[in-house]
Amino acid sequence: MLWIPWGKMLKNEASPHISKTTHLPRKRFYRARAHSNPLSDSHFPVPVSPCHVDYCLHYPQLFPSSDQSVNSKIQFADIGCGFGGLLISLSTLFPETLMIGMELRDKVTEYVKERILALRVENPGQYQNVSVVRTNSMKYIPNYFEKGQLSKMFFLFPDPHFKEKNHRRRVISPHLLDEYAYTLCIGGIIYTITDVEDLGEWMKACLEGHPMFEAVRDEELEADPVVKLLSSATEEGQKVARNGGQTFQAVYKRVVPSL
Amino acid sequence: MEETSIMEDGEQNREMEVAPALIAVHPTQESVAVAVGSDLRVFDLKTGSPVHLVDDTAEPFHRDSIRAVRYGAKGKLLVTAGDDKLVKIWHTDAWSCICTVLSEKRVSAVAISNDGLFTCFADKFGVVWAVDLDGFHDNQSSASKKAVPILAHYCSIITSLEFSPDGRFIISADRDFKIRVTVFPKKTSDGAHEIQSFCLGHSEFVSCIAFVGASDYPDGFLVSGSGDSTVRLWDITSGSLLDTCEVGAEAGSLGFPQSNGKEDECCSAITYLCAIPICSLVAVAIQGLSGVVLLSCNLSEKTLSITQVISIKGETFIPTSIGTSSSSDLLWMVTGVSNLQGFNSSSLARVKAISGFTKLNQVSGEIELTVLEDKDIPGGMQLLEKLQGSVKIEEDVFLAASETLKTAMRNLLIKKQYSVEKREFRKRGRNDRKNKR
Repeated sequence: MLWIPWGKMLKNEASPHISKTTHLPRKRFYRARAHSNPLSDSHFPVPVSPCHVDYCLHYPQLFPSSDQSVNSKIQFADIGCGFGGLLISLSTLFPETLMIGMELRDKVTEYVKERILALRVENPGQYQNVSVVRTNSMKYIPNYFEKGQLSKMFFLFPDPHFKEKNHRRRVISPHLLDEYAYTLCIGGIIYTITDVEDLGEWMKACLEGHPMFEAVRDEELEADPVVKLLSSATEEGQKVARNGGQTFQAVYKRVVPSL
Repeated sequence: MEETSIMEDGEQNREMEVAPALIAVHPTQESVAVAVGSDLRVFDLKTGSPVHLVDDTAEPFHRDSIRAVRYGAKGKLLVTAGDDKLVKIWHTDAWSCICTVLSEKRVSAVAISNDGLFTCFADKFGVVWAVDLDGFHDNQSSASKKAVPILAHYCSIITSLEFSPDGRFIISADRDFKIRVTVFPKKTSDGAHEIQSFCLGHSEFVSCIAFVGASDYPDGFLVSGSGDSTVRLWDITSGSLLDTCEVGAEAGSLGFPQSNGKEDECCSAITYLCAIPICSLVAVAIQGLSGVVLLSCNLSEKTLSITQVISIKGETFIPTSIGTSSSSDLLWMVTGVSNLQGFNSSSLARVKAISGFTKLNQVSGEIELTVLEDKDIPGGMQLLEKLQGSVKIEEDVFLAASETLKTAMRNLLIKKQYSVEKREFRKRGRNDRKNKR
């Protein structure tokens, strides 16, 4: 795993990358390119299988030693978590649920990692259930989660990949949905949102056409506190709201396919 | 200066792309097929004569290296496919091509469903396609059929495709280290969405998969060989790892000469494996090993262990592909490459066979397996002449081929690794960087 031990980073308090007033990492030091090619061969380590995911590294307070058997597993995954806005909101909304963000750009992952660390220090006892990992989720989802392990998956403001030639790089695609359906439990929910109308239609069409996903009904959407976070919690969502842009969301439930 | 040298390096590699030779044996050993480069050679063992293939649509049959040759479970069909993006389905009675399917990308693996109704093939984008073979069994039609995509590995090249013995699942292995077990759909046009399991445990590319079974275990178990020099036994329903056999390490300790003692990363990579149906054995080819390793699979205990290393003496014979029929006593092997530089013969194929597996079934304990002399191989010299191209092959050709082979296998199975400088160099041509210069 590409992990700098958490403790080591904590000592580094005088780092100029950390704001003196909020003690949170400052984004300007973690600027990254907006896009990353998910097709390129990756050179970071990947756990061999879900049982090789080191929970004690991700959630040190909840799993103090690595030999301890893991009695609760990660249930929420934010795919392409960016700067981690949604995760931070979810962490306090579902304090008992383990969640992880997956991000391909290493600088951004680094930022989220620092952010979580700082929040843990500032708010003792909180944010222990949230972590982040640098990985290519389009390739390695089965290495992190078992069949039916996840109850929620988030795809917020993914890279639109406008060109038709690059559509296969989109994180929601008919074939990748098979893998997401595999990792989601029956009744698990997949949340997608974008400010690009084309992509919104594409994601909706992919989910609609998939036999293992069914649209979540409006009244359920109303009742789900997470739905409100989709457009408000993330950095990307706030930017869209600031500019008065439109968003397109698709929320689908994993169902047993009818024969 | 430096830039050009880097460039040339890349181009040279492409030119030297070499395909290993492949072998396939008819399920009741009525014929044997060998593919070397674009050349498909078939020998009929029933009549004892070379087969003349008929294809009205094209000559030569394949225009580029063949990467996969497979018989159907019933032996009625043979499928060949490769770098020319053509999937050809041959009828084994008349030896005519009954169907040519166009693929969008190069083809890396093929499989025929056990009921003979579907052919599946995997392309270089990691997409598996299905072709409905209904209506092709009457040996007449020669139309072209459309393939439908049913599943995809995300941009990892699929190295091996296999149907489970009960026909419920299609299993695909890739160059990342993944083995995916997918429920094979009733209607292929709907796609194969339901993933039964992922068999995860290998730490390098998976080069090949096969099912070992026995009469009391008709569903069998999956075995996989990998670049991490292990062979693993899996339960496909749950995806759980049942046993791991460190073939690379153990074959070395059995006194087998490792090539030059060099600790090369692909030195002991498993390049091919083949299940021998009559005795629950698995024959394994290892990079750099002149011979095969036999693993026995205890299906009730669910274990894998090495029983024997069969070394081939007098020749550097590193098998590139192994095949057997469902009932016969013979294990067929081929070694070879599609092109060789600096030799009269432009390609190499050498066929050998090992016999004695039926005896092994009756008496437990030490068994006598023999590597057949050329004259003792069924079909004899005529077969060798057809499949090898010539009866005699010089020793130095073998030595040259074994080096070429190593690179070929590496190119085929291992992802390209670029040094930091090379990566920077490749990035330089990128559109967003061009303006900066």
